Amino acid sequence: MKKKRAYDYARYGYIFSIPFVLAWLIFQLYPIFYTLLLGFTDLKGAGNTDFNILWSTPFKNFISVLGNKSFKTAFINTLIIWGCNFLPQILLALLITAWFTNRRSTIKAQGFYKVMFYLPNIITQATVAMLFAQLFLYPKGVVNDLFLQLKIFDKPVDMMRIKSVTRGVVIFIQTWMWYGYTAIVLISGVLGISPELFEAAEVDGANQWQTFFKVTLPSIKTMLLFTLVTSLIGGLNMFDIPKLFQNGGPDNATLTTSLYIYNKAFQGGYLYGEASAASMIMFFIIVLLSALVFYLLRDKDEVELRKLVKLQEKEYKRKMKMGKI
Amino acid sequence: MSNSNLQLTVEGREKGNVGNIIQKVIIYVLCTFLAILSILPFWMMFVNATRSTPQIQQTAVSFLPSTHLFDNIKILSSKNMFKPLVGFLNSFIVSAGATVLAVYFSSLTAYAQVVYEWKLRNAFFSFIMAIMMLPGQLTLIGFLQMCYKLHLTNNLLMLILPAIAAPSMVFFMRQYLQPALPIEIVHSARIDGAREFYIFNKIVIPIMKPAIATQAIFSFVASWNNLFTPMVLISSTKRYTMPMMVSLLRADIYKTEYGSIYAGLTLTILPLIIVYLLLSKYIVAGVALGSVKG
Repeated sequence: MKKKRAYDYARYGYIFSIPFVLAWLIFQLYPIFYTLLLGFTDLKGAGNTDFNILWSTPFKNFISVLGNKSFKTAFINTLIIWGCNFLPQILLALLITAWFTNRRSTIKAQGFYKVMFYLPNIITQATVAMLFAQLFLYPKGVVNDLFLQLKIFDKPVDMMRIKSVTRGVVIFIQTWMWYGYTAIVLISGVLGISPELFEAAEVDGANQWQTFFKVTLPSIKTMLLFTLVTSLIGGLNMFDIPKLFQNGGPDNATLTTSLYIYNKAFQGGYLYGEASAASMIMFFIIVLLSALVFYLLRDKDEVELRKLVKLQEKEYKRKMKMGKI
Repeated sequence: MSNSNLQLTVEGREKGNVGNIIQKVIIYVLCTFLAILSILPFWMMFVNATRSTPQIQQTAVSFLPSTHLFDNIKILSSKNMFKPLVGFLNSFIVSAGATVLAVYFSSLTAYAQVVYEWKLRNAFFSFIMAIMMLPGQLTLIGFLQMCYKLHLTNNLLMLILPAIAAPSMVFFMRQYLQPALPIEIVHSARIDGAREFYIFNKIVIPIMKPAIATQAIFSFVASWNNLFTPMVLISSTKRYTMPMMVSLLRADIYKTEYGSIYAGLTLTILPLIIVYLLLSKYIVAGVALGSVKG
């Protein structure tokens, strides 16, 4: 009877999933395949929807993107900007985590600090980028004035013409926006560790540093890896800050892959075909990375449980057999 | 005897405490520095929004507000380009619409995962996890072409409807619902003659309220801050969202109106700052909650 009831209601499982599936097919899957298809066509021109598939040289767009100097620059820039922001970000987040989860000396006003650290993350990135562009204005920007008053500069410097400074500011903005988020995530991870582990370490006479490196860090290893991969995926999509800060400049120093794609597709020649090919190359890289996330996110308890059930079934069968024999 | 013993322990504690106190002072100083760093750019923005352009040209750095905020806003609106109210309204329509759809349909999909036993259930859940990280930004050209064909560019609906399929929200809702929903409630409602859809709307949604609130905040903010999609899809300034309005401040006619640019920037994030200050406790808790998995 139980089985029958489950059967009766099963169809609602399908019915209630229909909206999600339909929306996904229309708004996500179709654009994926359509973009992939466009990667093999000569589609260009604003608002144009007519295209020819490049039958004779199907991979022309992909080859020209991969051989393009700006694309290479954009790809390397993206990796540099991501890497140089991730390292200080995770170190700062770990430091804050160590401070805020120390069982021997509790830090007060943690709630206030967390709210402050997270603030830059919630503010519109477009506004943040424009604001920093404004602060770094030449010759009468806030930063220039500050450096003049502090006697670091003798006269205003157009810092946004120096490649490394501009890139450095983008890296700073990214770090500044994300370390709070990462810290909050890691703190909640550490708070989820069983307190008995820490008690045992204390009983064994471990000091603060030993506890942090030998107990805390290994316990949040998966979480750290997860943070790394999701941050990388986010970093590969970086657009708002470099676009509105200096529009990829100076001299392509802050050109990211997303900005490259945007410029190809929606500016100048409106080369949709080539931009689609570039999109698909990045898409493929991110699919590989998200496969890694998928692997990390697997419900481990459930996997364990299933294993256990199988083991018990086997045991049970064996016992039955032995009993019969 | 007991007295001297007590003294000894107190002394011992104090010795260890000197290092501890120094460490604590360092931590508080650094944390306070970071907190100041978080608001300093926004404070500079706000202060300069209240100063006139000549004042800013004299010294761009000031920590005390002046009195020219409304003059700056007047200059801003006189150029007839940057329209914060239009941006606010469009952003609000998109964010509210997208949030309602995302929250409702994600809950529904999660409910189907938790309550019913159907053949493809586990496969479908694996599928949701697999598509969670796929970036919509990189398939936007295909999406745009689709909108061209349907003559739906410049239509805010195309920014709202895709929210129905929000895989990571389904994932979160499922994690929340699984322990929170006693299946007996569903069974007894069925015995009372309630239909499945009614049970979901009248019984399950109220149970999910805390999760819905958290996810709604994040969905709303994400949608509000989105720049790439509207930038590609929308070309008519009447339909510009707030982040797109921000990009208009780059235009040449504002180039020398320093005070007005700062005022414009302030207007674009004022609603966010207010919402954040009101809900910061829940938002920070939500960030922590969404990450516990993993």
